[in-house]
Amino acid sequence: MKKLLILSSAIILSLSAFTTSDGDKIPSANVKKLDGSATNSNTFKNDGKPMIISFWATWCKPCKKELDAINEEYAELVKETGVKLIAISIDDARSSGKVVTDVKVKGWTYEVYIDENQDFKRAMNVNNVPHTFLVNGDGEIVWSHNSYAEGDEEKLFENVRKLAKGEKLAH
Amino acid sequence: MSLKLASRLLLTFFVSLFYTSSYAQLKDELGAIHGNFQIDAANYQRDTIIGADPGKEVFRYNAFGNINYQKGGFSAGVRFESYNPPLLGYLPGYRGSGVPYRFARYQHKDIDITVGNFYEQFGSGITLRAYENRGLLYDNALDGMRVIFTPKKGIAIKGLVGKQRTYFSLSPGIVRGIDAEINIMELFDSILGKSKTKVIIGGSYVSKYQQDQNPTLVLPENVATGAGRFTVLRGGFNFNAEYAYKANDPSYQNKYSYKDGHAIIASTSYGMDGFSIMLSGKMLDNMSFRSDRDAQNTIAMINYQPDFSKFHTYSLMAYYPYATQPNGEVGGTGEIQYKFKKGTLLGGKYGMDITINGSAYYALDTTGIAPINDTLNNYKYSTNYGSIGNEYYHDFNIEITKKLSKKLKFTLMYANQFLNQSIVQFNTPDKEEHPDITSHIGVLDVIWRYKTGSAIRIETQGFFGEYDYKEHAIDANGKKNITSNTGSWLSGLIEWTPNTHWSITVADQYNFINPDDTKKIHYYFGMIGYTNGPTRVSVSYGRQRQGIFCAGGVCRFVPASSGLSISISSSF
Repeated sequence: MKKLLILSSAIILSLSAFTTSDGDKIPSANVKKLDGSATNSNTFKNDGKPMIISFWATWCKPCKKELDAINEEYAELVKETGVKLIAISIDDARSSGKVVTDVKVKGWTYEVYIDENQDFKRAMNVNNVPHTFLVNGDGEIVWSHNSYAEGDEEKLFENVRKLAKGEKLAH
Repeated sequence: MSLKLASRLLLTFFVSLFYTSSYAQLKDELGAIHGNFQIDAANYQRDTIIGADPGKEVFRYNAFGNINYQKGGFSAGVRFESYNPPLLGYLPGYRGSGVPYRFARYQHKDIDITVGNFYEQFGSGITLRAYENRGLLYDNALDGMRVIFTPKKGIAIKGLVGKQRTYFSLSPGIVRGIDAEINIMELFDSILGKSKTKVIIGGSYVSKYQQDQNPTLVLPENVATGAGRFTVLRGGFNFNAEYAYKANDPSYQNKYSYKDGHAIIASTSYGMDGFSIMLSGKMLDNMSFRSDRDAQNTIAMINYQPDFSKFHTYSLMAYYPYATQPNGEVGGTGEIQYKFKKGTLLGGKYGMDITINGSAYYALDTTGIAPINDTLNNYKYSTNYGSIGNEYYHDFNIEITKKLSKKLKFTLMYANQFLNQSIVQFNTPDKEEHPDITSHIGVLDVIWRYKTGSAIRIETQGFFGEYDYKEHAIDANGKKNITSNTGSWLSGLIEWTPNTHWSITVADQYNFINPDDTKKIHYYFGMIGYTNGPTRVSVSYGRQRQGIFCAGGVCRFVPASSGLSISISSSF
């Protein structure tokens, strides 16, 4: 009986490693660069520095507010932590033509991709936009946040700074 | 082998697996399981003032859960869905529970194979687009197989066969398609790799098969559609165009017309720091394409006829939205964005953004040429491409966003809209029941961030509809009936975000001008939302106006309702 208990707890421990949300690599999915060429999400890299992956759309006001708010501090944050923001637009044919113009007019310097078929959105289990993820220097997804409220970016900056120092994050 | 020995061996295996390999390695070996969930539930109540009658099934919900497994190039997943019954305003065919979506996929180097359910889009989607929009409960996933082959960098070939999802089963027709896309600069990388101009060309061919069981007409059982497309990019400049042709495809949607279909979709844009301009135009003629010729609503659509009109987020501006007319239309949308830089006269200390957007869509100018009920020429017509028909919709709007200080920011917006409601939303020429809607709409949205992480947002809106009504004779009950358009509305909303977890919203919409006094109603609404990481929970109570909700060219009719709603979503 005792052995059975140890056995089952060992299995549960192994399975918990299997299902934990922290520390998984970025799943692979096809996305498009702004120049129309095809690429895969498994190419997202930042030389051992943290990455922010932010799902947005041109018609989503809170998404654009969040990206604008981050943009105000972005240059400084990059200097300090080496972070890179990858913005994934889920716009479809109705509005995907607006992605480039919105990015240009807003002066965002993020790395932007279009997920027109929403393959990456499904692979990352995103229900609604905006949804923001943090990836640590080892390329593991360690934090996520759904929706945007004024001031949410402060928490994001704090977490990016922690990751840059190699600290662990708590939700 | 005794049970004791077996359990000891297993124990050794798991313990060694857990302790000898590092955490990350273990995960790489076992793969990753992830998923997401969403539940939207409502308890409706009768509210005679707004005409809300939920019937006997007062508790309704839409729920789904995705579970995905991924290990290297292999992935597999399932989605559970449940509606007992669905929320009001969704197609009643969604009733019950099941697993309508499951797939297995393998990607390795130049090959990508999927068996089971999948979503796909060819070009702009005019020949094929299988997609999901869970908010609208739109899901036409294909069930079959798909192969994506990338023989060389710059070339992608897709082939697929399948049947489309219809509620918890499949539509009768079989869909078969092939698409090829060539990125010229990538293909000839050695000569053109350094070119700043990018050119991408593509072509697609999709056909469907459905047995003819019509007793009177001789229907084509195989119907094909084909398209060619072209994209040029250089710096901030972008141009793309697609032309599509569809063979004759009599269906419920086009009144079993034997006419063929044509579509031209083109879009161009230019963007630079602080300025952008975008123009999109289209001509769609009889391009509705479904894997069940008798299907209605949003069921069994193989292709996607894009709508370029502005997707409004303020409720009174979004109240009379446009939707692509499936049998044909012509029109376009343009937009200019400009950013007044910091330190300029209008820009002030923080800059100012201005967006001017306009759309106009019209009917095609058509002439009937064949007798109705002719088994091979039923309802044929010719289209005069040199001219246009009646106006369906227009929307001209201007939006200004300005930050006044670190704490205060506002958005000011004006729109002039016209909607040929009888045709666009109700598909009937009866203007008395559904008069045209012409409106002037204004919005002022102010955000005050009173301290870090805390904000108050106040939104005021006014909808001023041009007045049109008719008084009918007094009926047998002595009641004077009036049919009219919507009159004018005022709306106010206060949203308080005390910290990054909580938000509290109260709102009211009031039909302050209406020839029918019984329609001068307040639609109050309150909501509390809680967000923590990937989890979001909201509880709301109030009245919902009857209306049409659209996204991406797909609309659903939502009846008036009143009651308590709860929404939970999360992912892991």
